[in-house]
Amino acid sequence: LTQGFWRTQAWGQPPLQAPAGAELWVWFQPTVTNVDKAWKELSNVLSGIFCASLNFIDSTNTVTPTASFKPLGLANGTDHHLLRYAVLPREVVCTENLTPWKKLLPCGSKAGLAVLLKAERLFHSSYHSQAVHIRPVCRDASCLAVSWELRQTLTVVFDTFSSGQGKKDWSLFKMFSRTLTDTCPLASQSKVYVDISPKNKEKELLEVTPTPASVHEAIVQGDKRTYAVYDLLSPSLFNTSRSLNVQLKWKRPQDSSELPTPVLHAQRYVSGYGLQTGEISTLIYNTHPYRAFPVILLETVPWYLRLYVHTLTIITKGKENKPSYIHYQPAQDRRRPHLLEMLIQLPANSVTKITIQFERALLKWTEYPPDPNHGFYVSSSVLSALVPSISAMKNMDVEQSPLFTSLFPSSDGSSYFVRLYTEPLLVNLPTPDFSMPYNVICLTCTVVAVCYGSFYNLLTRTFHVEEPSRGGLAKRLANVIRKFRGVPPL
Amino acid sequence: DLASAASQGGMGIGVKFPALLAPPSSPEADAALHLLQDASLGSLTVYVVPETSSLLPQGISVYVGKHRSALVRAGGGLATLRTRIRQLTQVMSFTASSIAAALSDRVPDGQLSPDARRHLKSSLGYEITFSLLNPDPKSHTVDWDIEDAVNRYVQPVLDKLSLVANFSVDSQILYYAVLGVTPRFDKESSSFLLSAHSLPHVINPVEARLGSSAASLYPVLNFLLYVPERSHSPLYIQDKDGTPVSTNAFHSPRWGGIMIYNVEAPASPQASLPLHVDVDMVRVMEVFLAQLRLLFGLSREELPAEFLLESLGNEGLADWELDRLLWAHTVENIATVSTTLTSLAQLLDKIGNIVIKDDVASEVYRAVASVQSAMAELATGHLHSAFQASKEAVTSSERAFFDPSLLHLLYFPDDQKFAIYI
Repeated sequence: LTQGFWRTQAWGQPPLQAPAGAELWVWFQPTVTNVDKAWKELSNVLSGIFCASLNFIDSTNTVTPTASFKPLGLANGTDHHLLRYAVLPREVVCTENLTPWKKLLPCGSKAGLAVLLKAERLFHSSYHSQAVHIRPVCRDASCLAVSWELRQTLTVVFDTFSSGQGKKDWSLFKMFSRTLTDTCPLASQSKVYVDISPKNKEKELLEVTPTPASVHEAIVQGDKRTYAVYDLLSPSLFNTSRSLNVQLKWKRPQDSSELPTPVLHAQRYVSGYGLQTGEISTLIYNTHPYRAFPVILLETVPWYLRLYVHTLTIITKGKENKPSYIHYQPAQDRRRPHLLEMLIQLPANSVTKITIQFERALLKWTEYPPDPNHGFYVSSSVLSALVPSISAMKNMDVEQSPLFTSLFPSSDGSSYFVRLYTEPLLVNLPTPDFSMPYNVICLTCTVVAVCYGSFYNLLTRTFHVEEPSRGGLAKRLANVIRKFRGVPPL
Repeated sequence: DLASAASQGGMGIGVKFPALLAPPSSPEADAALHLLQDASLGSLTVYVVPETSSLLPQGISVYVGKHRSALVRAGGGLATLRTRIRQLTQVMSFTASSIAAALSDRVPDGQLSPDARRHLKSSLGYEITFSLLNPDPKSHTVDWDIEDAVNRYVQPVLDKLSLVANFSVDSQILYYAVLGVTPRFDKESSSFLLSAHSLPHVINPVEARLGSSAASLYPVLNFLLYVPERSHSPLYIQDKDGTPVSTNAFHSPRWGGIMIYNVEAPASPQASLPLHVDVDMVRVMEVFLAQLRLLFGLSREELPAEFLLESLGNEGLADWELDRLLWAHTVENIATVSTTLTSLAQLLDKIGNIVIKDDVASEVYRAVASVQSAMAELATGHLHSAFQASKEAVTSSERAFFDPSLLHLLYFPDDQKFAIYI
């Protein structure tokens, strides 16, 4: 569940990105006979557990991708008919979604690192994403038994620059308004990693307090990074003070942030005019200086934007680029969305532009959502790639650094897996005027009243002569006064 | 005369006079006779033995077996025999008060006896959750072998009850889950006490953490095992008289039960925390199974002095107790169906805009047919087919009443129709 969009060019490569809204993807076991029925039941049950409207997932926004997703844990076969993927881009994330997420943690938010996660500070951020992953893993190195691993991740981007008087210093207390006091007794590892990688090989640019007990170096996403490690389970950490408040201060003021441009990033936008046709364009950037690599693009477009696949063009460096694998499943009105999956080779240091034209459909009047002029969302497209890394990576031991091996897995030392999401699109559809029934009632009732009323009056009105009455006492008195004045009587 | 006395219970009772029997004890006699009789659901077989027979122990005149049969000593004339058989049918089969308890939701409160308990509503299935609450993981590391205990003690009972409903069992361990009430410290016993009137407040804060009702189709029965914090040990529950309850457990009707498991303080005060605790599952499962029986309404009322009940062993309930449950559930199902269909009809009278599609109509017809066949089967005493028919009737009536297509045109105002036609 995600609120906001990860700005790759300002913030760098995300550790784990998710599309805006709610995303759910499930690999079913081969023993399941009716996958669609199981998918519907699962999305309804998860909707109840996480207080999210996942029950709106139905066949109109579910697709079965063929190549973009592979099972994360141990799996026997990869028949893609057992996979279902759905995104709800309109879903809003709030405190009611965070509370069941916290309830899944063994110590809840009473002890350990989760003490920091209070909703009023977490939602005051530019980007908030929480995720739950469940996969089967080997119980030990010999892999004789299989256990289920539950992984919960929370990605939050705080903007301390704008809220901290223009200084980029931060501390745990400033961000979360509380500090770490003890560990969860059920945790076997409880660590805080702070990224203190020196930029441009300059040392002494920043200072971290309290002094970290150890420093860990790793190659993460092609970059060599240095992390300061605070191990909450080591008894020496809480010796000097009862609480741990990690602070980072910059020695020299930074004028511009020099984050390295990520090797792969993408943008998507809608162009065109009017309410009949339009064009979806996706730009994919490969900034690696000399290596080319392929990327799988998965696009899911709702059925009411009718794609014309014959207008699909892919242009790289001015020349046409033919994808080596295309899987296209056309939409069925009110039943299935469009699914377009392509494997595109990206040459080194290039921009690839993919365009496809569409036509907007007219919906039935009961199918419009409550605020139809807001627009209709098109969910983010998914880019999956094995990006070659600039510096060589070595295999990390699972026992020593479980965080890094599960977040940034690498099968060989030369490339790492990246999954990116583009922006969701907001498209206007031709909307009828919903006040028309009221207008019709007013108009017809007025016409009927005026016509019938005047006709009836014309036919049945009669005129009588009325005798002037003598009037009451006040009138006679007034007439007497008027006679004296010489004015005609009432 | 004897047969009429026996049939006052309203169901088929066969009374047999065996000629010659010489087995030594009543349980073996019961087991041997069980093979001879046709033990269909709802039937009850009473064997009358001579006054001087040594089959029944001294001083016992009625022996109730764990299958659907009983041994009655014939002594003192027909009047005593008639009284004994009447008492026996009241114990082993349904009575007016047990049927009224089944319909307790529909009978106004004044007409029920004060301790007519609210038993679990009849449903197609139940989900049983065993939870271990550990509010202080720093001091106690608690281990319980729940899977083995469930397979050994709970599963036989659920297998016996599988005729009544589908059961599913799961378990969880919750940390940092505290009871909502702070217990009082009692100086004389140097222990903490929870008084009886604070028990209703215990459940609410815990229930927010249990969280299984969102994911299940059936009603959930929660059984919690609470290990008190080190600062609040030992913790006892006080009943209304002020004495500590021996099992240290209580149950809440239609919800489940809670048991408090006290950990002995370690011998040396410098023992390293956390203390390792291995839960004694036998003690715990005894209490939980007793609570399960109480929740279903299988409790034993006071028996007259000369009655002896056979011990049930691992199965946990006798066949005739299962029959009692089935009678109560069948009657409750039929009452539910009639209420549902009546309210649907009344709703249709009030609101003309409700759409009844053909499949909803066929479900209603099917519900009515099933109810009528259930009533007919009940009148002839065929409990099994009556129960199945009542279950089908409940399913059909719920499907008809809660069908979402009923509301399609509910908010279509009449003036819009007028505008369209104009």
